[in-house]
Amino acid sequence: MSALRDLYQQVILDHNRNPKNFRVMQNATGSIEGYNPLCGDHYTIYVRMDGDVIADISFTGAGCAISKASASVMSSMLKGKTLGDAEGMFRDFRGLVTGALASEEEMERLGKLAAFAGVSEFPARVKCASLPWHTLHAALDGTSHAISTE
Amino acid sequence: MHTTTVHSNKADAPNVANQPGQANQDLLERFEAVRLCRHHFPLLRRRVNGKPLVYFDNAATSQKPQVVIDATIRYYEEENSNIHRGVHYLSERATQAYEGVRVKVQHLLNAAHQREIIFVRGTTEGINLVAYSYGRTCVGAGDEVLISAMEHHSNIVPWQILCEEKGANLRVIPINDRGEIELAEYEKLLTPRTKIVALTHVSNALGTINPVKTMVAMAHAHGIPVLLDGAQAVPHMKVDVRDLDCDFYVFSAHKAFGPTGVGVLYGVTKLLDAMPPYQSGGDMIKSVTFEKTVYNDLPYKFEAGTPNIGGGIGMGAAIDYINEIDLASLAEFEHELLDYATKRVAEIPGLRIIGTAREKAAVLSFVIDGIHPHDIGTILDDEGIAIRTGHHCAQPVMQRFGVPATARASFAFYNTKEEIDVFLAALHRVREVLG
Repeated sequence: MSALRDLYQQVILDHNRNPKNFRVMQNATGSIEGYNPLCGDHYTIYVRMDGDVIADISFTGAGCAISKASASVMSSMLKGKTLGDAEGMFRDFRGLVTGALASEEEMERLGKLAAFAGVSEFPARVKCASLPWHTLHAALDGTSHAISTE
Repeated sequence: MHTTTVHSNKADAPNVANQPGQANQDLLERFEAVRLCRHHFPLLRRRVNGKPLVYFDNAATSQKPQVVIDATIRYYEEENSNIHRGVHYLSERATQAYEGVRVKVQHLLNAAHQREIIFVRGTTEGINLVAYSYGRTCVGAGDEVLISAMEHHSNIVPWQILCEEKGANLRVIPINDRGEIELAEYEKLLTPRTKIVALTHVSNALGTINPVKTMVAMAHAHGIPVLLDGAQAVPHMKVDVRDLDCDFYVFSAHKAFGPTGVGVLYGVTKLLDAMPPYQSGGDMIKSVTFEKTVYNDLPYKFEAGTPNIGGGIGMGAAIDYINEIDLASLAEFEHELLDYATKRVAEIPGLRIIGTAREKAAVLSFVIDGIHPHDIGTILDDEGIAIRTGHHCAQPVMQRFGVPATARASFAFYNTKEEIDVFLAALHRVREVLG
């Protein structure tokens, strides 16, 4: 029960119900689709870069509460950040959901992302939480084909 | 075999047709007998996440009765040896046991000959064998392979690869909103270009039981052979391949209370004889020189290499088990479970059942408005309930119904109405947590 409450924290439920930046971006400088063929989660992430800075980020698509909230929180946290910041956050997030992040300092750095700590107790759901991040990563790398968790 | 006897005693029962009270009593007694079978499955006694396990993922794989587990262990403890080649005692014992399973399968399916029973790894390999061996000799450029819109990926992809290779076309029989084959459309799709029809007997994603006997007859009227995918049928109903008159029938042991990694391809002798081998190596040959190899007779022509002997023997024990229990009573009981679950889930706001065929096996696929199946699966798991969530290896079915995925509860005779009540309470909890 408590593990389940840890997974479905209020932050996650809120972002799932009312996702932030959930829209198509007309003037995107990059966009890419990401999907998980095992469960059918499917998102498109849009970014508009201004030099080294993520000037705008949005997403569309459908999937479970964990993946949708993850995309929403990610988009709200990365707006205005540099590519370097984004890389760092991605690294921390990956560590968080795979249970590899331990120190208080690291947890502190995560801010709202810490809501996803419960995911590490559910190995089958790690891919759900990571999908938007992997997709964004590919978009920033300039990958042109859709990316898949498998 | 130390199972509790659960014969239905149908033959011994007095004429109850005009005595409804007694007929009802008879049914209750038979259902009680079915309920006793639950104790044959040791895994069902375990707990998951601190709760008694509720196993509703039977369409993915069934649990195994103690007799199957024991037979497999006994084989490795007492008979383990390679088959078909040794003159020593153990090899003969193992060969006898393994070949004995072929006879059991022959009787289970009511096949005419032992040689028509080919052991494979499972349904997927059986279909691949036919697509590869029959397909590559009989399907050419411009020809057509006909499948239905409710096939599992394993009955789509092998044919797709074949068609690509040969320049042939894959045609698809449409289904209606209930998830039933459109028979009139099927008739139109049977043409002189159609070289084979490959069709699921029971849909894993929707539960639909297809009118396969009629569909085989319709294909045969055009001289077209039919392969039936029986993966979801064999565990739930009596299958008679000669009555169905199909040309190929495939199933996996593991969905029918046997071990994983073993299954059966049934094929009529006339077609199997004309087909080239699928894989080559030991056991499938009569003689080998560097100039020429003479292939073995049926069924060994299609059984290259040392097979899954232990798995085969486990499958034999599973067939003995199926024979000892009464499949007809079990099917009725499963139907009762499905009806009960179908009625109860109507309580859940926003729940929609995907697959409402009039003829249906014990599969309940559903979606809940605004809640992704994956989240349903995680919350149910927390309550000890195992269901499948996702596309069930049937993405075209999901596309047909306009959903990315479904949650699927699939029942076996060892499930109970009490478990369905637990399932319902958990679905209410899903709404609470995520609604």
